[in-house]
Amino acid sequence: MSLGRKPLTARIDWPVIYLYLALVAIGIAAVYSVEYTNFSDPFFNMSKSHMKQITWLCISLVVGMIIVLTDSKFFLAVAYLSYLVGILLLLATFALGSEVKGSHSFIKFGSFSFQPGELCKIFTALALARFLSTPETNFKTLKDRLIATAIVLLPCAIIIKQNETGLALVYFSFFLAMYREGLPNAILLIGFSVAGLLIGTLLIERLPLFIIITAIPLLITWLLRRQLKRNRILIVVIAGAWLIAVLFSQVVVPYVFKNVFQGYQTERIYSMLGQDVPQEYQKPGVTPKKDADYNVRQSKIAIGSGGLLGKGFGNGTQTKYSFVPEQNTDFVFCGIGEQFGFVGSSVLVLLYVTLLLRIVYIAERQRSMFSRVYAYCVASILFFHLAINLSMTMGLAPVIGITLPMLSYGGTSLLSFSILLFILLRLDADRQVLIR
Amino acid sequence: MSAFSQNPRPWIIRGVFVVLAVILIARLFTLQILDDKYRVMAEGQAIFRKVVYPARGAIVDRKGKALLINNVTYDLAFIPNKIKNLDTAQFCAVMGTDKATFLKTMKKLTLRNGYQRQSIYEAGLSQEKNARLQENLYLFEGFELLERSTRTYPLGIGAHIFGYLNEVSENMLTNSRYASYRQGDYVGQSGLESRYEEVLRGQRGVEYMVRDVLNRPRDSYKNGSLDTPSVAGRSLELYLDADLQAYGEKLMAGKIGSAIAIDPRTGGILALVSAPSYDPNLLSGSTFAKGYTELSRSYTRPLFNRAILAQYPPGSTFKPLTALIGLDVGVITPSFGYPCGGGYYACGRRIGCTHSGGGHAANLRLAMANSCNAYFCDVFRKTVDAKKWAGGTHEGLQRWHDYLSAMGLGHPLGIDIPGEKPGGIPDSSYFNQKYHGSWNSCTMVFVGMGQGEVDMTPLQMANAMCLIANRGYYYIPHFVKSIGGNPRDTVLKDYLVKHTPTHISDSAFESVIMGMEDVVSHGTGRVAILPGVEVCGKTGTVENYWILNGQKTKLDNHSVFVCFAPKNDPKIAIAVVVQNSGYGATWAGPIASLMMEKYLKDSITAPARIALQEKMFKANTVKSYIRVIDSLQRQKDLLRDMLRTADKRTRDSVKKQRDTMLVRQIMKDYYDLSAKRGPGTDGTIRFQN
Repeated sequence: MSLGRKPLTARIDWPVIYLYLALVAIGIAAVYSVEYTNFSDPFFNMSKSHMKQITWLCISLVVGMIIVLTDSKFFLAVAYLSYLVGILLLLATFALGSEVKGSHSFIKFGSFSFQPGELCKIFTALALARFLSTPETNFKTLKDRLIATAIVLLPCAIIIKQNETGLALVYFSFFLAMYREGLPNAILLIGFSVAGLLIGTLLIERLPLFIIITAIPLLITWLLRRQLKRNRILIVVIAGAWLIAVLFSQVVVPYVFKNVFQGYQTERIYSMLGQDVPQEYQKPGVTPKKDADYNVRQSKIAIGSGGLLGKGFGNGTQTKYSFVPEQNTDFVFCGIGEQFGFVGSSVLVLLYVTLLLRIVYIAERQRSMFSRVYAYCVASILFFHLAINLSMTMGLAPVIGITLPMLSYGGTSLLSFSILLFILLRLDADRQVLIR
Repeated sequence: MSAFSQNPRPWIIRGVFVVLAVILIARLFTLQILDDKYRVMAEGQAIFRKVVYPARGAIVDRKGKALLINNVTYDLAFIPNKIKNLDTAQFCAVMGTDKATFLKTMKKLTLRNGYQRQSIYEAGLSQEKNARLQENLYLFEGFELLERSTRTYPLGIGAHIFGYLNEVSENMLTNSRYASYRQGDYVGQSGLESRYEEVLRGQRGVEYMVRDVLNRPRDSYKNGSLDTPSVAGRSLELYLDADLQAYGEKLMAGKIGSAIAIDPRTGGILALVSAPSYDPNLLSGSTFAKGYTELSRSYTRPLFNRAILAQYPPGSTFKPLTALIGLDVGVITPSFGYPCGGGYYACGRRIGCTHSGGGHAANLRLAMANSCNAYFCDVFRKTVDAKKWAGGTHEGLQRWHDYLSAMGLGHPLGIDIPGEKPGGIPDSSYFNQKYHGSWNSCTMVFVGMGQGEVDMTPLQMANAMCLIANRGYYYIPHFVKSIGGNPRDTVLKDYLVKHTPTHISDSAFESVIMGMEDVVSHGTGRVAILPGVEVCGKTGTVENYWILNGQKTKLDNHSVFVCFAPKNDPKIAIAVVVQNSGYGATWAGPIASLMMEKYLKDSITAPARIALQEKMFKANTVKSYIRVIDSLQRQKDLLRDMLRTADKRTRDSVKKQRDTMLVRQIMKDYYDLSAKRGPGTDGTIRFQN
C-alpha cells in the first residue's frame, strides 16, 4: 500500500474540520446575537465583534492552510527550538509586557497584542511529544518522568508568576497525555478524585455526598472483583481512599469552615462558585457580598432562564442587555444556554465531546509516537478548557479566566486553537509516512 | 474488548471525556429544566412592568363647556439608600442647580422622609427638565421619574363639586374599593372625582418592557403580546351651568354659607356654591401640599362644603312644610285663620311674631305671606295633637316625623358627592330620651316655625323646594346628566327614579304655593320679584347660638331664602343660606333672586338690579367673632386629640409591660428550674394571669 501518494485533500481528516468550522460558526452567531439589538442593522460592519471574529477566522484558515502545506517533519525538527523560543517569549513579557486587566502576560506590537502563554501551549505540546518519542527516552524511569514533568511545569511556573492562574492551570492537562504514555494510574485517579472531592464538598450537602463517596468505591470493587481476588492490597487502598474522602468531606471541611475560617473567607470560597454559604457555616454579622459572585450568578440566571428550548435566536434578555459580564469571551456559553436552551446547550456539549473522541481516534491510528503524543496533548488541552469553562459558567468550578475553545471572542485564542488543530491534521495526513 | 485489555488507557481517557459530557448535561438539566428560579430571577431582572395610566375622564357642563383640563406632569423622586455612584456635578448640570442647593435639598428631604423611603426631589418638572432627565436618568441610580396625572381648572370654579386628586392613602388601600390601587397612584379624594372614580379613571394598561443592566427600557417584551392597552376614562356631562355657578360664587364671595340651584324637573344641580370657596387649581399638582395647609388653616374653613355638610335650623323656610302636613292631616284648611296679636301664648310663654293684628294670619295665604310665627306654631300643635292619632301626641309627632322623613329630611338624600350630612328631624323617642317621657306638643312647639330641634342641610332645603314646585315629587339631587353620553348608565340609575313620597293632594300644594307666591309679590320676600316671572319663595331668619362653657350666646341670625320659578312650570329651585348676616330678605333673598334671574333671563339688565348685584358682590358679612369661635374650636379639638393620644400611649405601654412580664414568666417556667422553688423567692415580680 502506498497511501502516501494519495492527494493531500484525501488524507486530511475532514470530520475534524467540519466540527471546527461548526464550533467557530456557533461562536460567531453567539457574539452576533448578543451584540445586535436590531437585526436590520447592516451585518457587514467591521466595527462589530462578529465581523472582527470573522476576520480572525479568515486569518486562522490561511495560517491553517500554510501549516497543512508545510512538511510534517518540520514540526518534529523545530519542536525543541520552538519550546525554547516560547520560554524566551514568556520571559520577555517581564521586560516588554504591557498590563492588560491586571496581568502581565501580553506583548504588544503596535495595536496588536498577544499572549505568549497561549502559543507556548503548542510549543510545549510539540516539545513533550518530541521528548517522549525520542528512542533514548524510557518513560518508565523516574528520571525521564521528571524531565517530562519539568518540560510541562516550566512554562506553567513562569505564567503563574505573570498572574495568569487560569492559563497556567491548562498546562496540568498535559498530565492526561502523559498518562496515556505510561504515567501510573494512581496519578490520574488521585488528581480527579481530589478535584472532584473539593468541588463536591462545596456543592453537595453532606449526607448525599457521603452516599456518593461510599457508592463509588463499592462500584469499583464490584467492577474489579476479579483483580481484587488476586491483589488484596488493592482492597486496602480502596478502603483507605474511601476513609480519607469521608474524613475530609465529613469532618475536616466542616471543622475548617466552622472553626478555622473567618466568615468572609467562607463567603469568598463559596462565592467563587456562585453559591450561597450553607446555613450551618454562616457566621453572624457577615453580610453576603454581592459583587464577588456577580458573574457566576448572572451566568447561572442567563443559562437557567433558557429552559428546554431557549428564548430563541436574538431574544436572550440577560445576555442581550449585558447582565452577564464578559459574555463574548469567557462567558460566551451563557448566550447559547439562554437562547437555545437545554437542547441547544446539550448539542454543543456533544459536538465538543465528539471532537475530543475524534482526536483520540486519530491519535490511536498514528504509527508515529510523536504524532500520537501530540494528538493527546491537543485533546487534553481542549478537554481542560472545555471542562473548566463550562463548569465555571454553570457554577460547578471556580471562576478562572479561561476561554471556550473556538467559541470565545478573541483573536489569539482562536488562532492558537486553530494552529493546534491544523498541526494535528498535518501530522495525521502523513501518518503513513511518519513512523517515528 | 481485546483492544481494551491490550491497553485500557485510551479507553479510560475516552471514558473521562464521556463522563465530562454526562456531568455537564446533567448540570444543564438541573439548571434549565428542573429549577424554575433562574427563569423567575431573569424576568425579575430584565422584564419591567410599566403601568400605563389612561387619560382621566373629562367633566363638562350642561352646555358642553370643559370644566377641567387633564395634564400629565412628572415628579423626580429618589430613595436615599438606593443612590449609588451619583455624579453630583452632572446631576446639577441636568437639573440646573448648584451643588450647595442640591446637597441642602437632599439633606432636608432625607431628614424628613428617612433613608429608605421615597422623597420627591422636585415636583411638577418643567417640560425641558423632564426631557433632559428622561435621557439621562439611567446615570442617576436611585432616582425615578413619576408620572402624575393632574387637573387644571380653567374657570376656577366648582372646587367643592369636583373635589381633588391625591395619592391613595394607606388607609384607603385596605378598603376593598381601592384594592386594585398601588401606593403612589392618584385617586379622587372628594367630590365627583371620588364618587365617579371608577368611571373617570378608565382602565390602566400594562406594557412589559425589557430593560438592560443599566435599567434603561429597551424593547417591548415578546412584541407586546402580553400588553394590555389602557382604556381612557369616560367623561361626565353635568347639569351644572358654569355661568350660573361662577355667578353664584361671585355673589357668595365674602360670605359664609351656601347657595344651591336645582332643576326640579330632573333633580339636576345647576349650581352648588359653598362659601367661602377657593380656586380648585390650588389643590392640583405640585401646589397641593401648600394649598391644602393654607386652606385647612383658614378660620373660615373653605374646605368644608357647607352645601351638604352644614346643618342649620331652616327657620321660616320650614313653614310651607308645616302647612302641607297640616293640610294633609286635615287639621287645617286653606281658609283656616289664627287671631295673632303679635305672639303665640298658648304654651305659657310668648313666642314673638313680627306682625300684630290686622288679620295678617286670617288664612293660610296671608299667614304665609306675612310669615306669622303664631299661625304655624298653632298648625304644628294641631297636627301632632290631632284627635285621629290613637297614640296621642307621641304618635302625632312620629307621624309628623315620618312625613318629613319621606320628604327627604333627617337622612342623607344621596347626592352624588360623598360625605353628605343627614340633618335632623326629631321623633318621639328622641324626646322620650331627652325629657324622660314627660313632654307634650308645647315642648317643641318652635319646630313648627323651623326653629329648635329641626336641622336641615342647604341641599335639603333646595330639595324641599323641588318637592313643592313639582307638587309632590322629587328626584334625588345630582350633578351628572350622562356618562360618556349615556344618560341611562347603571351608575346613574338611582337618579332616574321619581320619588313621590307622600300623597298630599294637589289642592294642598296649590294653596301653599299661592302663599309662597304672595311672599314674593307682596310679602316678606319682595326683593325676589322678577318682572314677567311668577316667583314663589319663602324668607327665613334663623336664630342661632354659640355655646361656650354651658353659656348660650346669641349670634347674628342666619339669612335664609328658598324659592322656585316659574310658578306653573318650575325650571329652577334655589336655597340660599348666609350665616350670621341678618334677615332672610336682606342677603339670601337678593342672592337667590339674582341667580334665578341670571338663569332664567341670562343676564341682569335693570339698573336697580345691577346696583343690587354690585352690593352683593362687594358685601362682606363675615363677623369678627367667627375667628374667635374657630380658634376656640381648634383648641378644643387639639386638646381632645392630645388626650386621646396620651390615653392610647398609656394603654400601649401598659400592654407592652404586661407582655414583657408574661414573656418573662414563660421563660422562667420553661427554662429556669429555680422558678419552681416558688413565687417570689428570687425577688422578681410575678405576673398573675
